[in-house]
Amino acid sequence: MTALVIAEHNNQSLNAATLNAVAAASQLSGGFDLLIAGHNCGAVADAAAQVAGVGKVLVADAPHYAHALAENLAPLVVSLAGNYTHLLTASTTNGKNVMPRVAAMLDVAQLSDIIGVVSDDTFVRPIYAGNVLSTVQSTDGIKVITVRTTGFDAVAATGGAGTIEAVAAQADAGLSTFVGEELTKSSRPELAAADIIVSGGRGLGSAENFAIIEKLADLLGAAVGASRAAVDAGYVPNDYQVGQTGKCVAPTLYIAVGISGAIQHLAGMKDSKVIVAINKDEEAPIFQVADYGLVGDLFKEVPALCEALAK
Amino acid sequence: MKILVAVKRAIDYNVKARPKADGSGVELANVKMSMNPFDEIAVEEAIRLQEAGKAGEIVAVSIGPAACQETLRTAMAMGADRGVLVQSDDEVQPLAVAKLLKAIVDREQPGLVICGKQAIDDDSNQTGQMLAGLLGWAQGTFACNVTPEGDTLAVKREVDGGLQSITLKLPAVVTADLRLNEPRYVKLPNIMKAKKKPLDTFAPADLGVDITPRLKTVKVAEPAARAGGVKVADVQELVAKLRNEAKVI
Repeated sequence: MTALVIAEHNNQSLNAATLNAVAAASQLSGGFDLLIAGHNCGAVADAAAQVAGVGKVLVADAPHYAHALAENLAPLVVSLAGNYTHLLTASTTNGKNVMPRVAAMLDVAQLSDIIGVVSDDTFVRPIYAGNVLSTVQSTDGIKVITVRTTGFDAVAATGGAGTIEAVAAQADAGLSTFVGEELTKSSRPELAAADIIVSGGRGLGSAENFAIIEKLADLLGAAVGASRAAVDAGYVPNDYQVGQTGKCVAPTLYIAVGISGAIQHLAGMKDSKVIVAINKDEEAPIFQVADYGLVGDLFKEVPALCEALAK
Repeated sequence: MKILVAVKRAIDYNVKARPKADGSGVELANVKMSMNPFDEIAVEEAIRLQEAGKAGEIVAVSIGPAACQETLRTAMAMGADRGVLVQSDDEVQPLAVAKLLKAIVDREQPGLVICGKQAIDDDSNQTGQMLAGLLGWAQGTFACNVTPEGDTLAVKREVDGGLQSITLKLPAVVTADLRLNEPRYVKLPNIMKAKKKPLDTFAPADLGVDITPRLKTVKVAEPAARAGGVKVADVQELVAKLRNEAKVI
């Protein structure tokens, strides 16, 4: 039995989330191969061959794989599935987009967002915004799995010696076309991979006021996040959103500013190592998960914190 | 273009779910239930397309126990034209939901299906993608903007790094993300009107779909609770704790 991990990449480099998905695959009893589907993605294949523990690196290179469109990627994965007992990928927006389509085409269930491997057919996954952990056993012949990256420590990106093998591309399904993308440009670390995250909530009151969150983040070399309430209110773009319906993060330090701590926000950050909360309402639920709570007006405390850190 | 919207009756988003004492499942007795929030966004989008003259009839579909009729009535009070309930008291997992929806799609022949991106109970985020896969249709997941352009659909998607724009060949399946729209409040006269709108009921067997679960729940449990922390008096104490005690900065 072997697992196939579908790698996420931008045709130039391997996305770090793939190494967390590989970590989950490494806990299964067989080995694992990696699939790189992309266009002019040779550099990614070379990097994938270095990943600790990898067997084969399957490479499907064609123009219609350049943007990981589900309509094209799913049939490719399905064409390879017969050799594998498990298909895994990271629970990124790409992974969540493609894998259920693969599962349906194979007539098997999908296990979403696993955070633990109990055995080859039994896995732990959070439900109800992480308020409940469900241990589920799959009765299907092929297990299709998305991996919550915060549940598994990344394997080493080097030290492996995979053999690169080209696989045949499937025809372009012709159902969807990539038009363009507007990616948030930032000199700050990526939310999903940051060591420190400073997040703002509705307490900020406006998009302009988010500047104080950004200033604190820059002092700490941190990424900037936000609660759903702040996204809803239009203070920041959706890709800042931490929570049940946004990104799940587990940094070393998470600083929640003006965030009350709704169930859906806690779901995305309560696995952080150290949590700091700054909120004027001392009854706010965020203080129940915070290691260090500071009750006060964020417009006074955050600038004071910046000053204290600058010293 | 007829639009089919899938709506799920789920635990209300303000309720904190707890496992049953015997660990066999989640306690849902006497818990407030509502339409899954992302499905409300899906219904709203269908109505806005209809109001803009870009859609014809809107059919809301729900799968689950008889109480899902309430969810369908809510969708119809918002503006859906009629409802279809696939009634089952058994657990219906996402793959079976997608198969049942496909059976309804085969009967109704819509030009567009809109689902919420994820239900806030099982957090699976699968149904729309699975339905698209079973139908062999294009899919526009995590949509924040949807614009019909003749026989194609322009979709803007919320992706990890920002936004992605794609064009889909119709018919297609779209799943709604948070910023697609803000659902309207239901007005009382519309609730009364919705009671008179047609609602058809099927059993899974009527549609020839086997809903036997593929995943077996071994147990459910609460995650380990975080130990409560301390309150600090001021930022100086906070910085001192972070530097010397937690050693994280």
